[in-house]
Amino acid sequence: MKQIIGEPGIDLSSDSKMDLKLTRNSESFHKPNSSNHNLNSFNQASQYFPNLSPTNFLSRAENLQQNLKTKSTNSFEPNLNSGMATQNPPLDWDPHAMLSNLSFLEQKIHEVQSLVQSIIDQQAEFSSRPSELATRQQLATADLTCIIIQLISTAGSLLPSIKNTLLSNNPALRQLVNPDFNNNLKCEGLIRNFPETARNSEYEDLLRNLDNEADWMKEPNPLPQSDIVDANPIDEHDLKESDDGDAEREHLPPGSYIVLQLEKEEILAPHTHFCVICGKGFKRDANLRMHMRGHGDEYKTPAALAKPSKEPGSDVHPVTRYSCPFVGCKRNKEHKKFQPLKTILCVKNHYKRSHCDKSYTCSRCHAKKFSVIADLKTHEKHCGRDKWQCSCGTTFSRKDKLFGHVALFQGHTPALPMDEVKASGSGQGNDDMTEDLGGYNGNFASEECLTSMDVKGIDESRAYFSPMNFDGFGALDEFGRGGFDLEDNPFAFIPSGFGQRSGDS
Amino acid sequence: MEPEKRMDKRIRVDLNLEQNPISPFESLSEEVLFLILDLLNSNPLDRKSFSLVSRSFYKLESCHRRWLTPLRLDLLPSILTRYSSISHLNLTLCSRLTDVTLASIASLLSSSLRSINLSGSRSYTHKGIECLAEKCFNLEEIDVSIRVDLGDEVAAAIGKMVKMERVNMGRCKKVTDLGIGCIAAGCPNLKLLCVKGCVGVTDLGVKLVAVKCRKLQSLDVSFTMITKKCLPAIMQLPNLEEFCMTGCLGIDNKAFVNLKQGCNSLQALDMSNCEHMTDSGVLSILQKCPNLYHLNLASCSSVNVSILSGLKSMCKLGSIKLDGCKVTASGLKSLSNSCISLKELSLSKCPGVTDEGISVIMAKHKDLVKLDVTCCRYITDESLSAITSSCTSLVSLRMESCTKLSSEGFRLIGQHCPKLEELDLTDNDLDDEGLRSLANCHNLVSLKIGICLRITDNGLIPIGQSCPRLRELDLYRAIGITDKGVSAIADGCPHLEMINMAYCTNISDESLKFLSKCSKLCIVEIRGCLQVSSVGISVIAAGCRLLSKLDVKKCCEVNDAAMFSLARYSHNLCQIHLSYCSVTDAGLLALACLGSLRNVTMLHLSGVSPKGLATALLMCHGLTKVKMHSSFKSSIPRALIEHVESRGCSFHWMYKPFQVDFESSELWKQQSHDLFVE
Repeated sequence: MKQIIGEPGIDLSSDSKMDLKLTRNSESFHKPNSSNHNLNSFNQASQYFPNLSPTNFLSRAENLQQNLKTKSTNSFEPNLNSGMATQNPPLDWDPHAMLSNLSFLEQKIHEVQSLVQSIIDQQAEFSSRPSELATRQQLATADLTCIIIQLISTAGSLLPSIKNTLLSNNPALRQLVNPDFNNNLKCEGLIRNFPETARNSEYEDLLRNLDNEADWMKEPNPLPQSDIVDANPIDEHDLKESDDGDAEREHLPPGSYIVLQLEKEEILAPHTHFCVICGKGFKRDANLRMHMRGHGDEYKTPAALAKPSKEPGSDVHPVTRYSCPFVGCKRNKEHKKFQPLKTILCVKNHYKRSHCDKSYTCSRCHAKKFSVIADLKTHEKHCGRDKWQCSCGTTFSRKDKLFGHVALFQGHTPALPMDEVKASGSGQGNDDMTEDLGGYNGNFASEECLTSMDVKGIDESRAYFSPMNFDGFGALDEFGRGGFDLEDNPFAFIPSGFGQRSGDS
Repeated sequence: MEPEKRMDKRIRVDLNLEQNPISPFESLSEEVLFLILDLLNSNPLDRKSFSLVSRSFYKLESCHRRWLTPLRLDLLPSILTRYSSISHLNLTLCSRLTDVTLASIASLLSSSLRSINLSGSRSYTHKGIECLAEKCFNLEEIDVSIRVDLGDEVAAAIGKMVKMERVNMGRCKKVTDLGIGCIAAGCPNLKLLCVKGCVGVTDLGVKLVAVKCRKLQSLDVSFTMITKKCLPAIMQLPNLEEFCMTGCLGIDNKAFVNLKQGCNSLQALDMSNCEHMTDSGVLSILQKCPNLYHLNLASCSSVNVSILSGLKSMCKLGSIKLDGCKVTASGLKSLSNSCISLKELSLSKCPGVTDEGISVIMAKHKDLVKLDVTCCRYITDESLSAITSSCTSLVSLRMESCTKLSSEGFRLIGQHCPKLEELDLTDNDLDDEGLRSLANCHNLVSLKIGICLRITDNGLIPIGQSCPRLRELDLYRAIGITDKGVSAIADGCPHLEMINMAYCTNISDESLKFLSKCSKLCIVEIRGCLQVSSVGISVIAAGCRLLSKLDVKKCCEVNDAAMFSLARYSHNLCQIHLSYCSVTDAGLLALACLGSLRNVTMLHLSGVSPKGLATALLMCHGLTKVKMHSSFKSSIPRALIEHVESRGCSFHWMYKPFQVDFESSELWKQQSHDLFVE
């Protein structure tokens, strides 16, 4: 709730008008519970009447409701709802409603007239009972307030461009018709947040505030659309965040765009919001919006600040491109083949990358340096993962780079990762393979070979079990076939004559 | 070499014997003997006989042999010391090939070894390959395919072989770009590379190969993740002739449409199963590769043939496969107009093929050599008359399951296509008269007349009498065939290598006795021939020594005696199907002694005990695949199964109920046709 009055993060120094800021904040506040129109509108009311105490109304609320409900519910409530629902309703004010409003005003004025008259008449009596007088005065004040508000709203319906403003920011009315006003818990919070002084029934303060309100009403104000206005520049930044600002592709003819050149200090300032007209940077978007109004009244009207896409015919800004302040740089406007930068963000990144020290060092490899912190972060994501290696020892972070390297040089081959080789080597139970292989030299006697193979053969396949297989090699036969010891055959139960004879030749 | 010629030489040598007191064989010079050996290729037994003549012949044969395909490894070292000049070693039949073996091979053969085939062998690792790379510096060809567990290290080891020209790494699923990169960088002479099914290979690796290996002639990147990015580099290969990219789902139209440069040398392009290819892509390929001869578009369902009408008659395409594509009569018309030199056409399983389309094609292309209209169920005798009347030089005709054809049409084939070598009439309405007319095709090598229920011996006998070159005969479920017909085949076709007589219930042992005359017979299927007994199998085993594949499922009369004969004679037997036979433990153990045996299916062997089965499994160390009933799973010790599995054998536990009798072939055919209608 405190944020309604003043957000701690907002830089108020550059704000010329406090109320602008407040409006924006309150809108963001009331969005989640938009169903509770009456309450929310009261929240808003507290901002436009910072010193207005709700307690003033409390005592009179029921009376006023009685008065208002009979006539105004018909005429006001529909308007209220439509005003909340749409930002830009079509204007068709009803003359009948206007007439009834006026007659209501007339009646009200008569009431106040009679009230004041009675005070004058009974002045003598009041001197002895001051509390009686105070009550009468309070009643009169409340009535007057009601009249003023009614007047404003009636007049407001005549002004199309600010109609919504009036309705959505017209809290008193809604508050007055709110039956649950006293029961609502939130109003306690509101009351607590108001200055203590506001609780005193000081008519002058109240009236002054109301006067301020009326003054503010007179000048057209872009506030209702403020969220649209500030959404626009943010979008632009988001879109252009990633690209490097190459105007090369677009081939704008020189002169078809405005070239802006920011000062070095401006570029290096930690700003993130930039004016599209002068390029000045701001830390906060709110400050930028304040600044924008300084570029002329056209930036104050909601029409001018509406999204350009909705008015395709009118190009508000001329095409703007940026120049690097570093003289001699290709991106500097003095350069013969000047290539402008597209956005301010591009200017920032370009200037830092090209003309500044690389002050950010990678914490992993301690070798790579960057001037843009985003570049460092991108690098750190991949640093230390140069797992693609060439036989020459060069490592690469990406496989395609390695393959490009191998394709380029004769005799280079991709190197396999070491752990992979180890893992697969131990799979087959060949741990003793290397020792075995050590014995196989160039001059290899066949007998050696035989013996070593025999060991293997007996281990694995029980060659003795198969005396039938002399012709193992297709139909080849051997002269020097070794004798098989039939006694060794463990399957002696096979009838002799079957399977024991060694062949067919 | 023909046996008669061999006899002639013997006679001449015998004449010399009388004049010369010394051994007549010694007088033959080495050159002559080498020439003789050059011609002894048809039957391995011939060479064996040759080497048994004398010591010098033995020695000469040892020096002469270049190719070796050992069935088992046990004696490999001694074999290799004898045949020291082996240059081509095929170890595909040795399932358990360790690094030690490879190391010994490397040191024994060293520089003479040019080519080694390790496809499907297990247990070796990259260390063995590294030994080869170190010692066999002349190695030009290596095949390490079907090693799903082999990774980049093997590829890196191959990359150290500088003279390497042909590398096949199909289905080495763990190989990635790094391995391919090693090969690309290390083998500048590479001419053939197959990385089919290496799912880890991407554009980067293939691109590097294309950049580094400029001599590449054949590239197979089927079933990899390549995209259009690597195509420009591949198309710039100056010598590329064959490019296969079956099932590359990353390839689409844009890949070829945006291609700036086509490949002039490209002759064969296989892009079957590339689902994302459509007309415009195919058209741009044809425009950019002007010398393309073979084009395979099988199962490219989104390709419409009529797009070819955009081509000028410049197209050199000679062979097109459109299996399973959308084909219409107008499409075939434009195809026949644009591809003027068409020799081979495959339209199998194209539902849109009609008589009209076939006639259009036939009218234009009279010199068609191969035609495949398998499962084109809408063509009738009209098509057949168009085919036979125009394409008299047809060599291969495949028309399985063209159900609308009548026997009248088949007669036309025999009358007009005397050059036919391959004919597939499976599941057709062929009768004796039609079959008899096929006897005119004297050059027939392969004849498939399975599920032709109407044919009898009367039709088959003329085939046996007039087709001496027949090597492959499929009589599956040809129930009218009896021993008489088979005897005619056995008499007339001495080169018979494959015969399928499954469910020919009238076949008995007599047939097998006749067939034992065909010494080259290696595949025999007699599934469900109830009259066949052990006697017949024994005769076949003794007569056909090259027997490698035998199916005796449901031959209930086959018992242990047959197994003993097989164990005694059939040292080439690799695969046997024994389900429902009357084999017991003893027979199984005898069979297990066959070192060549790799694939056994044995369900419902009532006479086999778990103990006998376990012993047989232990003894048969060459096994790679065993199908058994799942009831044995619990009765065989777990440790034993694990041990056998560790030797490289995979178990398939089947759960099928025991089937007492099987349905008749008529019923079976009716059921299969009912399925089609649905």
